[in-house]
Amino acid sequence: MSAPTTDHAHTVSVLRTRTTPATAVRDALVIGRRNLLRNVRLPQLLVFATVQPVMFLVLFAYVFGGAIEGTLPPAAAGEYLNWLVPGLMIQVAAFGAGQTALGLAEDLQNGVIDRFRSLPMARSAVLAGRTGADLVRNAFVIGLMVVVGSALGFRYQTTLLRFLAAFALALLFAHSLSWVMAAVGLRVRTPEAVQSAAFIPVFPLVFASSVFLPTATMPDWLRVFADNQPLTVVTNAMRGLMLGPGALPPGQDLVTEVARSLAWVAVITAIAATGAIRAYRRIAA
Amino acid sequence: MSDPIVHVRDVVHDFGRVRALDGVSLDVEPGVVYGLLGPNGAGKTTLIRVLATLLRPTSGSAHVAGVDVLADPTAARARIGLAGQFAAVDAYLTGRENVEMVGRLYGLRGSQARERAGEVLEAIGLADDADRRVSTYSGGMRRRLDLAASLVGRPQVMFLDEPTTGIDPRSRMEVWELVVDLVERGTTVLLTTQYLEEADRLADRIAVIDHGRIVTEGTADELKERVASAVLEVRTAPDDLERARTLLAGIVGEEPSTDPSGSALRMPARDGTGTLVAAVRALDGAGIAPEDVTLQRPSLDDVFLAVTGDVPTEVSA
Ligand SMILES: Nc1ncnc2c1ncn2[C@@H]1O[C@H](COP(=O)(O)OP(=O)(O)O)[C@@H](O)[C@H]1O
Ligand SMILES: [Mg+2]
Repeated sequence: MSAPTTDHAHTVSVLRTRTTPATAVRDALVIGRRNLLRNVRLPQLLVFATVQPVMFLVLFAYVFGGAIEGTLPPAAAGEYLNWLVPGLMIQVAAFGAGQTALGLAEDLQNGVIDRFRSLPMARSAVLAGRTGADLVRNAFVIGLMVVVGSALGFRYQTTLLRFLAAFALALLFAHSLSWVMAAVGLRVRTPEAVQSAAFIPVFPLVFASSVFLPTATMPDWLRVFADNQPLTVVTNAMRGLMLGPGALPPGQDLVTEVARSLAWVAVITAIAATGAIRAYRRIAA
Repeated sequence: MSDPIVHVRDVVHDFGRVRALDGVSLDVEPGVVYGLLGPNGAGKTTLIRVLATLLRPTSGSAHVAGVDVLADPTAARARIGLAGQFAAVDAYLTGRENVEMVGRLYGLRGSQARERAGEVLEAIGLADDADRRVSTYSGGMRRRLDLAASLVGRPQVMFLDEPTTGIDPRSRMEVWELVVDLVERGTTVLLTTQYLEEADRLADRIAVIDHGRIVTEGTADELKERVASAVLEVRTAPDDLERARTLLAGIVGEEPSTDPSGSALRMPARDGTGTLVAAVRALDGAGIAPEDVTLQRPSLDDVFLAVTGDVPTEVSA
């Protein structure tokens, strides 16, 4: 082994001994870049994550499309695909959020979080870098839904600006769910446990909603839940933005629905982020 | 004696109802290798985690390089390096990328981080493999990469938790060389191990830990004196075992213990081969034909036996 050019110890340290907001941002970027590199270096992960929603898109469009097109509001322009794509963007966000839990649980199990915590870096960077990277990842996967949907015939019926607003809303919602899953991942702590804790509850939430089908034909008890849970509220607002106010359930107006969606996003993010930060602190107990 | 660079006082840590550390105090002088020797579940990792600011103990105090780790963990982190019990490296990154990332998180800017990564990879003998993905590395290489990452910050104190457990003999030798190298450069090393041989080879001082308590502390020689330099093991037919025990007790001056298999006796051999010859003669004179007689280096169990009067019980994690 050859000697390094400098001594290990007793050198005047250029290293930080304090963290500031500026170093916190830099640290989060370093961690975020590392998390994104995982998706780039192991592309099979992204492929698996996108195959399922693309399959849903194709299957639902062609299997349900014919049966349901007649019942859709005129704003969908007679195409189930136009109705389905906004819903699937939210479905992808809901299932994709589990990746946040998985990533943190893996890092905990492999000792990577211990390594990070033994460094003089900002404590916030591990969570910010994780949810930040997952936001970028979500933008890619949700964007892919739009691209594949468009190839099959999806067209937004409003303005580009409203379409982009809907996309941004989907990202904000995905980000809020990432924080929920960050809290889950830090509590259950093993990738195996994440599989059930993070993915199973998502199924009833996605199906008991307006993501795939209008809620109007659901039995009353289920409809009350479905109409008021966040996935429906956000999906409806997305449809209002992308297809026009005529896509909203009777009696609703666009501004109110967008406002309700943002309120859900804010509440979920605030509660979940608090829970995640608390869980992260508790690792040290 | 200079001021201790690691100073631990009365540290207690409870995981729920499990008391992992039960009042640990120790002092490590600067520039030495300090070995923390103990069986699985003794509390080694818990103590390292407290010192590396990963765990707040239930009570007690700890100072590293003059910094109170509980009061100012960030300052402590800038002065320490940690290589945990399992290599915490990212398989999908290259060796260099792993080390550079750690450099950035120590606050080094891009070019400084790159330069420093090159230095430590060179020092640790991974320069030629630095640009390969870690997924292609052997277990020993991952371990060394993990060590390289913890050297990035030029730590004054390095914590190595079982640095050679589960790696091949060649990598073990390389890690040992590296520890010697580190100390020559002035870094203080606190390492944990389950192997007396490793502590013996590397450590200037050794603390034996069991059930969260330091049961004895001293230089390797002091420790072994308490155990004897060698251990004699005598295997006999089951019927002869108790007669042999009485006979041999008279020769070595203490009651031989029974080994875990229950068919052999173990006792200190303070005169080495002299004790062996005397034992064989005595057995022969009493008409006991031993099935096997061996002279062994003391094992960790023997140290425990000598120090605590009891073989260590494994506490499952
Ligand atoms: N996170 C934890 N939760 C509960 N008990 C733990 C935890 N970590 C360690 N322990 C317990 O604390 C004791 C000491 O463990 P540890 O410090 O890992 O020992 P060693 O590193 O010497 O093998 C053991 O009884 C172990 O089961
Ligand atoms: Mg351990």
